[in-house]
Amino acid sequence: MSTNSAAQAQAAAQKSARRLPPELNIFLVLIGIALVYEILGWIFVGQSFLMNPQRLTIIILQVSVIGIIAVGVTQVIITGGIDLSSGSVVGMTAMFTASLAQASTWPRALYPSLTDMPVIVPVALGIGVGLLAGFINGQLIAKTKIPPFIATLGMMVSARGISKWYTKGQPVSGLTEQFNFIGTGIWPVVIFLVVAVIFHIALRYTRYGKFTYAIGANVQAARVSGINVESHLVKVYAIAGALAGLAGVVTAARAQTAQAGMGVMYELDAIAATVIGGTSLAGGVGRITGTVIGTVILGVMTSGFTFLRVDAFYQEIVKGIIIVAAVVVDVYRQKKRKT
Amino acid sequence: MVSPTTMAAVRASGAIPNAEYLLSAEGVRKEFPGVVALDDVEFKLKRGTVHALMGENGAGKSTLMKILAGIYTPDQGEVLLKGQKIRLQSPLDALENGIAMIHQELNLMPFMTVAENIWIRREPKNRFGFVDHGEMHRKTAALFKRLNIVMDPETQVRDLSVANRQMVEIAKAVSYESDVLIMDEPTSALTEREVEHLFTIIRDLRAQGIGIVYITHKMNELFEIADEFSVFRDGKYIGTHASTDVTRDDIIRMMVGREITQMFPKEEVPIGDVILSVKNLTLKGVFHDVSFDVRAGEILGLAGLVGSGRSNVAETIFGVTPASSGTIEINGKPVNIDSPNTAIRHRMAFLTEDRKDTGCLLILDILENMQIAVLQDKFVKNGFVAERELTRVCEEMSRKLRVKTPNLHERIENLSGGNQQKVLIGRWLLTHPRILILDEPTRGIDVGAKAEIHRFVTELARDGVAVIMISSEMPEVLGMSDRVMVMHEGRVTGILDRAEATQVKVMELAAQ
Repeated sequence: MSTNSAAQAQAAAQKSARRLPPELNIFLVLIGIALVYEILGWIFVGQSFLMNPQRLTIIILQVSVIGIIAVGVTQVIITGGIDLSSGSVVGMTAMFTASLAQASTWPRALYPSLTDMPVIVPVALGIGVGLLAGFINGQLIAKTKIPPFIATLGMMVSARGISKWYTKGQPVSGLTEQFNFIGTGIWPVVIFLVVAVIFHIALRYTRYGKFTYAIGANVQAARVSGINVESHLVKVYAIAGALAGLAGVVTAARAQTAQAGMGVMYELDAIAATVIGGTSLAGGVGRITGTVIGTVILGVMTSGFTFLRVDAFYQEIVKGIIIVAAVVVDVYRQKKRKT
Repeated sequence: MVSPTTMAAVRASGAIPNAEYLLSAEGVRKEFPGVVALDDVEFKLKRGTVHALMGENGAGKSTLMKILAGIYTPDQGEVLLKGQKIRLQSPLDALENGIAMIHQELNLMPFMTVAENIWIRREPKNRFGFVDHGEMHRKTAALFKRLNIVMDPETQVRDLSVANRQMVEIAKAVSYESDVLIMDEPTSALTEREVEHLFTIIRDLRAQGIGIVYITHKMNELFEIADEFSVFRDGKYIGTHASTDVTRDDIIRMMVGREITQMFPKEEVPIGDVILSVKNLTLKGVFHDVSFDVRAGEILGLAGLVGSGRSNVAETIFGVTPASSGTIEINGKPVNIDSPNTAIRHRMAFLTEDRKDTGCLLILDILENMQIAVLQDKFVKNGFVAERELTRVCEEMSRKLRVKTPNLHERIENLSGGNQQKVLIGRWLLTHPRILILDEPTRGIDVGAKAEIHRFVTELARDGVAVIMISSEMPEVLGMSDRVMVMHEGRVTGILDRAEATQVKVMELAAQ
């Protein structure tokens, strides 16, 4: 009888715990970090960290590219996979998209006959190239059964190679006003948030989302339940690739130029944002809302260090620690669940 | 209690007189959550004999063997090695005490050589402390010579056949100068000639005074190689006899001896047309020429020992492992089932054997677990899930199946086995199947939930569903089925009508 009531109490506790959104913890961490900067700001710099709308905008602006990638990476990680190629895909798509976004006034256009294109052309090309890269990732993983780590590692190296090969290492500049407009003002943030909302809805309310979680939770059971695991994985990786492509477009537009070295290490920032946001690397667990908060945390951290005039070296050291800490917490949570 | 190292030292000094029994166990009890695996069991192994352990699936043979090999520790009772009480803490502990076990799934490292595998942790060293490969090679060759094994010690294990890996395992066990060798169904993957060789080796070892515990499902092996055998049933010790004293029938009677005490709500329901017809279904190397029909309203029991191919047939019919040849007809039309998705589109459902591995989405909630199969073609509009309607249907189903839970947002891993099983049954009932395959539907769940599940199955049959039910529990198969199909080593050995299906008959067909 006593075990019975204990079990009931436990069930009740779990029930009340579930009433709170799972993102609450991570949101409190965000507030905490911001408050620490606020206090340190008054002590060391003599000004407020938060009472500065311009800074807050810049924080989100700076991470919106990472955020767009992270939305795709979150979906990949929910299936139990990983995508290491997104940073290179950003570089590759930036090059391709910029090459079709050059103005006719630019004397050294890559394709002189294809200048002054309507903005939709380079954007579609960029997303398309990313989609193709993701599709190849997905096909490799689904058909050859190689680990996602390896498949996307290969894509990471090759895509970077392609972006260098495309112009033999030369930057692509002289982009049209209309194209550059995508990267100005608040637009990158808007694109990030729209993408986040779309895939938040997709994951929570569509069959696509249900299948994504099911595959991550137990791929065997998902297959026996009739899910075509292979084709679904191709979809997920293709979407992640397309989002990396979109991030490449935004990156080129923001910089008003494209270089082969763009997006280096973005994949790691995106994975970090995802994991900090509560997505489990074991698969089956994760939400876009968490990833958005995780992305903002990354931005606040970086911005705060700059605000406090901390050396860039220390920034990287602390960032590394925070990423590891987030995964340690995840592992700990899983262990607790199992016992 | 004596520590293993002291024990080993004492053994080496020869101070212990030869006890009557090499290894024995008395009053051993072992419980797992919800089951008593062994209850007051005894076992006595004489020096220089082969002692077979016999019993149905779940009789307790494996648990006893694992206790003897130090993998489990008994809750009660004691294990005596040459008359001395010992308490084994680990398989390594057992090995150091002279008890070696050869597992059914072999534990060799595929990318290392035969010699390296045999002498691992005990590699001969040269004076610089490096591994002396020459010496290792010589020692292996000597060992192989002693055992009449012809094999190059420098071959990588991954290049060996299953039989040769088995030989390496045996050589490894012998190299520890073990007194006791435990073999778990060593012939299950061997050809007849390889079995002969194995038996020759076993006879040699026996002549050297080694005691061998031999687990098998095969009756003819028992008569060929075993001197004595012990029978277990439902975790209890039934008896020990010399294998020359008994007949096959005696053993079968000892193995199945129980009466059917549980009640099964078998109901006579009108049997309709043939729904599923399987002809000469073959999955190369796994099962061959399996043919049977199932009619609407009929429950076809599928019996056989573990490894007989029962579950593989189910997986193939459901498209998990598509057949290499043969045909499947549904309502008289041949269908090509190449994936579970296709099977579901033909309104089949498959409750798998292993709830954790292939059934539950453990970290997801009841609702998500229940709805995943039906989402293939229902409750979805333009990609969006009709959440409200689906939740209502799931709640209804969960009430009907009496899933005990505060709400459907509970993670399925927090439920008991019986409730998990009900959720998974609900998952399939939502798809309104006309063919339902159940693989061990009541394994590891409590009696109450078991009876409820039997009742659901009966109700489904009454509604005209064709049911295939695989079960290792004889009373369940005999109590629920209209006909019983028995398999042995990948072949159908008989299909019995309800009237003629008895435990002894099924056991005979299953154990050949």
